[in-house]
Amino acid sequence: MTAITPQIVREHGLSDSEYARIEQLLNREPNLVELGVFSVMWSEHCSYKSTRAHLRRLPTKGPQVIQGPGENAGVVDIGDGDAVVFKMESHNHPSFIEPYQGAATGVGGIMRDVFTMGARPVAMMNALRFGAPEHAKTRHLVSGVVAGIGGYGNCMGVPTVGGEVNFHPAYNGNILVNAMCVGLARTDKIFLSAAKGAGNPVVYVGSKTGRDGIHGATMASAEFSEDSEEKRPTVQVGDPFTEKLLLEACLELMATDAIVAIQDMGAAGLTSSSAEMASKGGSGIELDLDRVPQRETGMTAYEMMLSESQERMLMVLKPGREAEAERIFKKWELDFAIIGVTTETGRLIVKHKGAVVADLPAHALSEEAPVYERPFVRREALPAAQPKFDATRPVMDSLLKLLASPDLCSRRWVWEQYDYSVMADTVQAPGGDAAVVRVHGTKKALAVTTDVTPRYCKADPFEGAKQAVAEAWRNLTAVGATPLAVTDNLNFGNPERADTMGEIVGAIDGIGEACRALSFPVVSGNCSLYNETNGEPILPTPAIGGVGLIKDVNRMASIAFKREGDAILLIGETNGHLGQSLYLREIEGREEGPAPSVDLAAEKNNGDFVRGLIEQGRLDTVHDISDGGLLVALMEMAMAGSVGVSLAPPELGRDPFNETAIPFLFGEDQGRYLFAVPRTEARAIADQAKAAGVPASLIGHTEGDNVSVFGIGSVPVAKLRAAHEGWFPRFMASGELPPTN
Amino acid sequence: MKSAVIVFPASNCDRDAQTALLQLTGIEPHMVWHGDTDVPDVDLIVLPGGFSYGDYLRCGAMAAQSHIMRDVKRKADQGVAVLGICNGFQILTEAHLLPGALMRNADLKFVCQPVDLVVEESQSAFTRNYAKGDRVRFPVAHGEGNYFADEETLERLEGEGRVIFRYAPGENPNGSVRDIAGILSDKRNVLGMMPHPERACDPLLGSTTGRALFQSLIDTLS
Repeated sequence: MTAITPQIVREHGLSDSEYARIEQLLNREPNLVELGVFSVMWSEHCSYKSTRAHLRRLPTKGPQVIQGPGENAGVVDIGDGDAVVFKMESHNHPSFIEPYQGAATGVGGIMRDVFTMGARPVAMMNALRFGAPEHAKTRHLVSGVVAGIGGYGNCMGVPTVGGEVNFHPAYNGNILVNAMCVGLARTDKIFLSAAKGAGNPVVYVGSKTGRDGIHGATMASAEFSEDSEEKRPTVQVGDPFTEKLLLEACLELMATDAIVAIQDMGAAGLTSSSAEMASKGGSGIELDLDRVPQRETGMTAYEMMLSESQERMLMVLKPGREAEAERIFKKWELDFAIIGVTTETGRLIVKHKGAVVADLPAHALSEEAPVYERPFVRREALPAAQPKFDATRPVMDSLLKLLASPDLCSRRWVWEQYDYSVMADTVQAPGGDAAVVRVHGTKKALAVTTDVTPRYCKADPFEGAKQAVAEAWRNLTAVGATPLAVTDNLNFGNPERADTMGEIVGAIDGIGEACRALSFPVVSGNCSLYNETNGEPILPTPAIGGVGLIKDVNRMASIAFKREGDAILLIGETNGHLGQSLYLREIEGREEGPAPSVDLAAEKNNGDFVRGLIEQGRLDTVHDISDGGLLVALMEMAMAGSVGVSLAPPELGRDPFNETAIPFLFGEDQGRYLFAVPRTEARAIADQAKAAGVPASLIGHTEGDNVSVFGIGSVPVAKLRAAHEGWFPRFMASGELPPTN
Repeated sequence: MKSAVIVFPASNCDRDAQTALLQLTGIEPHMVWHGDTDVPDVDLIVLPGGFSYGDYLRCGAMAAQSHIMRDVKRKADQGVAVLGICNGFQILTEAHLLPGALMRNADLKFVCQPVDLVVEESQSAFTRNYAKGDRVRFPVAHGEGNYFADEETLERLEGEGRVIFRYAPGENPNGSVRDIAGILSDKRNVLGMMPHPERACDPLLGSTTGRALFQSLIDTLS
C-alpha cells in the first residue's frame, strides 16, 4: 500500500491542517483511496468551504418554495399540483480546456440534477463569458462551447431558449460556461437524495465507469497556469444519447413507487453520490466495486471512486423492487447493477476484490469539510461623479456603433445553433427579455432568464449583485410573469485573496438584499471559485437565473413593436447614469465610474405596475432598459417588430443639446421599462402610473421605417438591423473585430 | 384518421407529433416502440424528429435497420401513408423508402429557425388543402438537412411532381440541392421533409400553416 507522504497530500489539493483533520476523524492515517475520496469531497467545488458561512445569509424560503438549496435542484410550487425544478451550474474550467466536451457535459450534468428530482427538463439557458474578441483563443472557444451546448441539448430534445454571451479581456484565460436547466414535475412526485433505511439495495444505472474525469472536482478548485492544457484528460466526454435514455428510463421508474432516493453522479462521481446520500439519510452505504459496470479493464478502486464518467445515476430502491427497475433499464438498454446496500453504520465502506479499501464516516465526508472564514476586504465605493464624455459626438453614429458592438449585437449566430422550438411549447424564443415556455397541456407558462452585469460587479460587488437580481426580476416582469425564485451561479477568482473574498462577500450580501426586497428567494445554486489564470482573476460574475410564472399565456408581453401609431411610455426614473455604461466603454473607450444603484422599493413598485397591466390584458409590448440604455432598448423593440419610432422626449426640451441627450439616451439607470400602447390608452395609463407613484412619461410613438429622435437625427431600422446582425457572423467567419476608437 | 408514431431511442419530437395529431384528429395516436415488430393497423405512420440511436453514425442509418422498420416498409409498400419529419426523413432515405441523402448542412452548423417554404404540389394526400404556390412557415432544427441526389434522380423527382416543398427563394438554410425541403415516394404515399409542420399548428408558436398538412391527411384518409 502506498504510504501517504506530504507530497501526495499536496497533490490532492489538501492543506496540512485539512490532512491533520482527516487523521483525527479517522483516528489513523488514511490510505490512498480514502485520501482521494476526502480530497474531492473536501474540495472547494464539492464542499463550498470558502462560501458556506456566507451563503447561509441568503433568503431561501417563501410560501412558494418546496425545496431550497441542498438538494440536486430547487423546487417551487406553480399551482395545480405542478412544480418547477431548476438549477444553474458552472462548467468553466473544463470548457476552457476542451470547449466542446466541457460545455456539453456541463449541459448534461445540470440536466441530470433536474431529472434526478423527478422533473422532465423543459428549458435550458446558458450564461457564457468569453475573453476579448481579439484574443487568439476566443473564436475557438465560442465556436466549441456553442457547438457543445447545442450538440448535447439538441439531442436531448430540450429547447435551449436563451442566455447571455459577453466578452471581456478579464475572461481571456478563464471563460465562464454556466448552464441552467428548468424542469417540470408534480408536487407529489419529487425525488430526494436521502438514502433512508438499512438493507435497501443500492443500484447503479446508466453508462459504464471509465477513467475519464478523474479529479475533475479538484481541478475545478485550483487556479490555472500555462500548463492547464495538460489537464485535458480530466475533462469528461459526453454522450447525450445515453443521457436521453437515462432520462426516459428514470422518469419511467419514477412513475412507480420503487425509489427511496436517487442522486446523479456528477462531480466526484460515485464518491460524492454515495457519501451524500448516506449522510442525508442518516445511514451508511456499503459498495462492492467489483459489481460496478466498467468500460475498461484493470481499474483500481481509486480510479473508480474518483471517475467522473458521465450519464450515471445512483439509486436506493425499496427491497424487492429490483426486478421491476431492472426491466425498465434493460428496455432502455442501459447498465443496471446492484452494487451495494444501505446500512445503519453511518459509514461509507468500499470493497474491491474482496478487501475493504475504504472505511469512512459518510457524514463527516459530506458535511464536516472545514468551513473557512477567510479574511476579506470590501471594495470601497467609487465617488458618484458623472464621468466626462465628449458632448459633440453624433448620437446616431454612436447608436449604430453600440448596436454593432460585441456585447450588444445580435446573438442570433449563437442561438440558431440551439434547437429552441423542440417540445413545441416555446412561446417566446431567444432574443426577448425572458424566454417563455408553456407548461405542456395548460395555459400556464414559465418565464426564464439569466442575468448579471460583471462590469457593475467589478466596480461595486454589492450594488452589482443587487442589480443582477433586479434585472432578472425585471426581465421576468417584462414578459408578464410573476417572479418566483432564483438560482445563483457565483463565479469568482481565488477566495484566498482578501480582495476577491471581499467581492464574494459583497455580492452575496447584494443578492440577499435584493432577493429579500423582491420576495425572490434563492432555491439552488453553485459556486465556482479559483477562476483565474496566472494570478489574473475574472470579473466577479454572480450569474442569476430567474424563473417566473405566467398564469395565462394569452396575456403576456414581448419586446417587438406590434402596431404603428402606438404611444411609447418610459417607466421609471431617468437620471442619465453613465458610470460603467456600455456607452462609456464602447464610445469613450473607458471603463470607469460607479455602478448604477438599484432602488429596490422603486424597482418593485414599477415592476408590479407593469405586470399588472399585462395581466389585465392592457399591455402587450414591453422591454426593460438595461445594457446600452434607453435608445438601445428602443431600437431592439423597433428591430424586433420592424416598425420605426419617432421620439420627442419632453426631458430633452425643444432644443436638445448632447450634453443632456447623451446621458438621457444612453445612461443605464435601473428599474426602467419602455412600453408601447395604443394612443387612446396612453393618457389613462399615465394617470394610473402617477396614482401608483410610478414615474411615467410619454416620449414618442411608433411610426414608419425610421428611427428619428427629435432635433438629433434619423436612421432607417433596416440599417440598424444590418449593424446589429452583422458583427457576430462576420467575427466568427473571419475574426473581424469592431472598429477601435 | 388513426395514426401511429414510431419511437426510436432518442427520438425527441415523438411527443410533439403526438400532441399535434391528438389535437387535430381527436384520436390518441399509437406510440410504437422501435423494438416492436408490428405497427398497428393505422392510416398514417409518423417517423418523428430526434437523434435516433444518437445518430453517431450517419443520421438515421441505425434506425433504418431497426425491427419496426421492416413493418413500416411493408405497410408503405401496401400504400399506408408515411410521414417522416427531420430525423424521420433521414431514416426514410436510409431505409430507401425515399431517394437521395441528407448531408451535413452546408455551413456545418446546426440550424434552428422558422423558414418560408413554397408548396410545389397540391396533388397529394399531404398537401391537398394547400394551393400550389402557397407559402407556409415551418421551423427547421437540424444539423444534417442538406438534401442531395444525383441529377437523374432529381430530374425524375421534378418531372413526376414529387418535390412537394421547396425552401422559398433566399430561405434555404442548409444548402439543399434545388432548395428541396420535402419529397414524395413514387407511389406518393411517403413524404419526407426536414421542416417541422407539427411545430406550426398553434398560433402561440408563431405559425398555424402546418395544420393544413395534417388536415389534408385527415380529409384524405378518414
